[in-house]
Amino acid sequence: MGYAIEMLNITKEFPGIKANDDITLKLKKGTIHALLGENGAGKSTLMSVLFGLYQPEKGVIKVDGKEVKISNPNVATELKIGMVHQHFKLVECFTVIENIVLGVEPKGKFGKTDYKKAEEKIIEISEKYGLAVELHKKISELTVGAQQKVEILKMLYREATTLIFDEPTAVLTPQEIKGLLEVMRNLTCEGKSIVIITHKLDEIKEIASECTIIRKGKGIETVNVAEKTVQELADLMVGRAVSFKTEKQEADPKEVVLRVEKLNMKNKIGVEKLKNVSFEVRSGEIVGIAGIEGNGQTELINAITGLENKFDGKVILNGKDITKSSIREKTLSGIGHIPEDRHKHGLVLDYTLEENLILQTYFTEEFSKNGFIKKSKVSEQSDELIKRFDIRAGKEGKTIARSMSGGNQQKSIIAREMKREPNLLLAAQPTRGLDVGAIEFIHKELLKTRDSGKGVLLISLELDEILNISDRVLVLFEGSVVAELETKNTNKEEIGLYMAGSRKE
Amino acid sequence: MSEDSIKRISPLISIILGLLLGYLLLLLVGYDGNSGFKYLFQGGIKGITEGKYRRIGDTLAQMTPLMLTGASVAFAFRTGLFNIGASGQMLFGGFVAVLVGITVDLPPVILPLVATLLAGVAGGLYGFLPGYLKAKYNIHEVVIGIMMNYVSVYLVQYLVKILIPGKYVIESAHIPKEASLKMSFISNIFRGSPLNAGFFVGVIALIVIYVILEKTTFGFELKAVGFNKDAAKYSGMKVNKNIIYSMMISGCLAGLAGATFYIGYTNHIKLGTVPTLGFDGIAVSLLGKNSPIGIFFSSFLFGYLKNGGSFMASSTDIPRELVDIVIAIIIYFSAISFVIEKFLNKLLVKMKKEGK
Ligand SMILES: Nc1ncnc2c1ncn2[C@@H]1O[C@H](COP(=O)(O)OP(=O)(O)OP(=O)(O)O)[C@@H](O)[C@H]1O
Ligand SMILES: [Mg+2]
Repeated sequence: MGYAIEMLNITKEFPGIKANDDITLKLKKGTIHALLGENGAGKSTLMSVLFGLYQPEKGVIKVDGKEVKISNPNVATELKIGMVHQHFKLVECFTVIENIVLGVEPKGKFGKTDYKKAEEKIIEISEKYGLAVELHKKISELTVGAQQKVEILKMLYREATTLIFDEPTAVLTPQEIKGLLEVMRNLTCEGKSIVIITHKLDEIKEIASECTIIRKGKGIETVNVAEKTVQELADLMVGRAVSFKTEKQEADPKEVVLRVEKLNMKNKIGVEKLKNVSFEVRSGEIVGIAGIEGNGQTELINAITGLENKFDGKVILNGKDITKSSIREKTLSGIGHIPEDRHKHGLVLDYTLEENLILQTYFTEEFSKNGFIKKSKVSEQSDELIKRFDIRAGKEGKTIARSMSGGNQQKSIIAREMKREPNLLLAAQPTRGLDVGAIEFIHKELLKTRDSGKGVLLISLELDEILNISDRVLVLFEGSVVAELETKNTNKEEIGLYMAGSRKE
Repeated sequence: MSEDSIKRISPLISIILGLLLGYLLLLLVGYDGNSGFKYLFQGGIKGITEGKYRRIGDTLAQMTPLMLTGASVAFAFRTGLFNIGASGQMLFGGFVAVLVGITVDLPPVILPLVATLLAGVAGGLYGFLPGYLKAKYNIHEVVIGIMMNYVSVYLVQYLVKILIPGKYVIESAHIPKEASLKMSFISNIFRGSPLNAGFFVGVIALIVIYVILEKTTFGFELKAVGFNKDAAKYSGMKVNKNIIYSMMISGCLAGLAGATFYIGYTNHIKLGTVPTLGFDGIAVSLLGKNSPIGIFFSSFLFGYLKNGGSFMASSTDIPRELVDIVIAIIIYFSAISFVIEKFLNKLLVKMKKEGK
């Protein structure tokens, strides 16, 4: 069997960092090849080189054995290479069809775009691979999972035979992940070749045949997946032994930090999103919120943090009613918030790392004087956090957040929120996009936060994460809390039943 | 060469390219490019070595309002807004300055300064509406800005007619000498040029916005809101208030430009037209990469070319229109220096690849 793609000795530098240092990756035709490495190891960069977004300083790329020069994504498209990016690149206000044909519109009469023709072709593809999406909806109305299907359709519409997926499963629900892996398998059956970047090792075990591991920009080794255990893969990637199960002591909950009473919220078109939600979080405990995406998690977070203020009910922090307080007041009275969507809420991408680390504290005495920002204090803090949280960025605190790797962006948000030592830490999908080593570290930090007498509310779509570190679990289903369970007395199956709504307390 | 140095030299290279193209155009149409460009270059500075400062004074005078409209547009850009209404704000601010100059009785030096300050306030107030509509109803500031430019023209025309009518219907009354920003200590050096204290207003304004944007918590908020409203809200910033502040500060700078023009460069208002200096501010801001220091140099270049162009037109047989085209080419090229930057970056990668 020949190679679909050969990337030989690729080197790509950014100011201050060698993102790829002499990496070689060979993709066998009709197979799935995993690319594994820590946050900032250079995975996205390597694939962006293949897709023509960056020009390597050194190295050769061969497609079907022939040396090529991929100077921009159009060339990549011509060579039948397609890519789904870590952060999607869709036009929000266009419909699905418009996005799919963008740039390769089929011409009808008088040079008008022939959407009928396009639609037929898209429907044919989507049926073949099981990628159903509503073609006439706008992207902004779609769930993340559906948006990803659009990205895949986009590649297939362009008749790509080599498909690159950059962390496709990070933003999906477990159900959606299953579906995606199925689609990928179908694709290889049709002779397509796939490179997948993922931090979830069991996914690699499940679908990939080979796995290339890179560490700090260097290619470490390419292994046959069947011959390695998940533990071995993890250790190879990090370069030390990693533990998956976080050791934790019994919780010792004390006084109530957060109490929400009878929260009721409707969305813009009047659909009830939260129904009579009441619960407490005590200091010294981690409360996990489990549930399938879209069952009220976002609304709950927005109500507590103040991002949304049209709702009924009460939010009480340390005995004080903060229902109607502004976001600033809530932040100051001790709420920390790791947001679900790091690019929308978590970061100002055009600010530097150190500026992002003072987003809520820039006006405090620590960082300002008479309205002027104390730059040296800002840098000091960022140096400290970069070290403590192992944030990797080319120009340290001066790195523009946009140019940081996804996982390191996430780490900076977590660092910022933990540094403020809030009484209540709301962590929504805190480890999304992090490598196993980083996840281990963040879980430990969350437990430390708990043990220092703070309350933690963990909202996660990953049951493993919830079971691993929370002390109590609440299950959200269609906007109601349908179960409250002690973690040590429950298991995945039981929670799963509640999540699906097939069991009520 | 690194990416940083490419950033710095690309504006220079693009200016040179623009000059070359303008020169070729002159040759192509059949005029004497050499003498044309000689006058173009000399026009803005001639005499400076012999202690005759009139021409450089002219250049600085042309530069003055551009510095401020450039700053106005740049301030808005930096905070995520497009202030296309700078012209209207400038006119309105200028009107208030002229009105104060004519109707208020204050000692000299104090009077023009008060008039200038009030012009800034007026421009700021004029910028309130587009800011408010953007913040409250998310109506795009460009739409409102353009409409407000027209409103400004007719509003000023009306107010001039009832408050300070001039000798002719197309202009306002003239301000008295004491109200002018032309002050003797400047005029004595730059004899005969309309250079005035507005120049210092411009320089001070550039310094002030530099400090606001780069050093203060206020600027930190304004920029954050401009880059990402959701993240700004998440951080507890008052998004709407900041949008309005940005637009008002931008309007204030344009209002100041109005003062330096109408009670500095000239002494009355011509009715019925939008001052194009506000639109020129967009080009000045782009060429200066939206940074205060960049704007200082780019507005100087604009002033220098405008001034040199007049000299070229009057000293050669090259028609005025052609001169304007040549200058437009130079400006156009310099404003798209980012294309050059991209090209140079590509070259850099190529060189690295072949070098190693
Ligand atoms: N456009 C850019 N400009 C400057 N530096 C960059 C740019 N893109 C990436 N980098 C740097 O290159 C390194 C590798 O980044 P890359 O995005 O490839 O990591 P990754 O392996 O995909 O990590 P993650 O798992 O976190 O997504 C990082 O240190 C990052 O800061
Ligand atoms: Mg990545």
